[in-house]
Amino acid sequence: MGKRFLVATRKGLLDFELRQGQWTLARKAFLGQPVSAVLRDPDKGWIYAALNLGHFGVKLHRSQDDGDTWEEISCPTYAGVEAAEQEKKRSLQLIWVLERDRQGNLWAGTIPGGLFKSTDGGQSWQINENLWNNPLRQEWFGGGYDAAGIHSICVDPRRDGYMALAVSCGGVWLSDDYGDTWRHATRGMIADYMPPEQADNPATQDPHRLVQCHEEPDHFWVQHHNGIFYSSDRCANWQRVHAQPSAFGFAVAVHPHEPGTAWFVPGAKDEFRYPVDCRLLVNRTRDAGKTFTALTRGLPQDESFDLVYRHGLDVDETGTGLVMASTTGNLWVSDNGGDSWTCLSHHLPPVYAVRFIG
Amino acid sequence: MPYITCTRHLREVGPSQQERFDGATVREALLAAGQKYPRLLSYILDDQGEVRQHVAIFVRGELQKRTRVLAEAVGPDDEIYVLQALSGG
Repeated sequence: MGKRFLVATRKGLLDFELRQGQWTLARKAFLGQPVSAVLRDPDKGWIYAALNLGHFGVKLHRSQDDGDTWEEISCPTYAGVEAAEQEKKRSLQLIWVLERDRQGNLWAGTIPGGLFKSTDGGQSWQINENLWNNPLRQEWFGGGYDAAGIHSICVDPRRDGYMALAVSCGGVWLSDDYGDTWRHATRGMIADYMPPEQADNPATQDPHRLVQCHEEPDHFWVQHHNGIFYSSDRCANWQRVHAQPSAFGFAVAVHPHEPGTAWFVPGAKDEFRYPVDCRLLVNRTRDAGKTFTALTRGLPQDESFDLVYRHGLDVDETGTGLVMASTTGNLWVSDNGGDSWTCLSHHLPPVYAVRFIG
Repeated sequence: MPYITCTRHLREVGPSQQERFDGATVREALLAAGQKYPRLLSYILDDQGEVRQHVAIFVRGELQKRTRVLAEAVGPDDEIYVLQALSGG
């Protein structure tokens, strides 16, 4: 199982380490400040943390000593970014996800919908103009926020230049050439919140989270606003799969070696957003969505209002270790693929993201 | 030279005690402050150089319109306060 994970919360960054078999809160940073996204560069040992300071905007910090000290570095900016016709000029509202590619470049998915790249460890950022200027972007709209945002960036673990993005609400996008060109990839997805004739519009799908199998990178899972979708052909076609008690949710994690194994955290759809019957469960499939097993051992089975956000569930490199945290400040780990869960805390701040980093 | 004082929330990036900077407008004074405090402007202004939606700037003791405050003329003894607007939560 993984030995270290970060928890990005409404009130700071928490750094947990496994010490002598016990998960220990080893470090804290940015106390009182909302942390929206985290990333660790395993080659350099640098950690990045994106903050959303509310009054004072979005900031990005970097630690070059693996989390002991931090410095503020440049943020992606929309200064100088051309607005489309009849579109007002934009400002950064949120860094929603940070990823790193095999060349060591950093990628930031943001609200209001820009994808940014840094080739120098976060010292400077450039917007991906080809995606920003794609005419279909004008059809994107916000899902829970005023503007659309990129929350999932899947860098292909084997094939250089292959990337996949997911946008709420703006669909799934693929590139084969390091982001020089983009094409939408939502065939099979359905948006029930659109008028019937628009239900398959690729630019208005709301994938809440997109994940890619590390060992079988043609296999993707999406937890969509309208259910769960699976693709085994690199997003060319999506199959809707059905899960009980609900296929609504935000988070999904895929096993790194077994593409048919994935975990979901269902909620009552979609205006309620708490566990069905107030009983928290993790839904696991091991057969690519044909069947699901409701995993409940160690999770609250009464009066639970836990909502797990889209980055609130992660799986480690072995596929047996899981970490999960909720908006009501509960944090759980599992060392057996979700068969049972151990609660590490009941009283954290609302959690935006968890991430294994070791 | 007008004075600038920032909310204590900005004490790590700007003057939380009264401090004088050159400038005949709020914008000029803030730009001068930005020379000494290089992180300050990004906390007060958004990507388009406008005052952030939930930042409040007082000049001579009066809250100024966010959309016009940067052009506000300031005299040598005027005080500029940069605060967080309660509208921001």
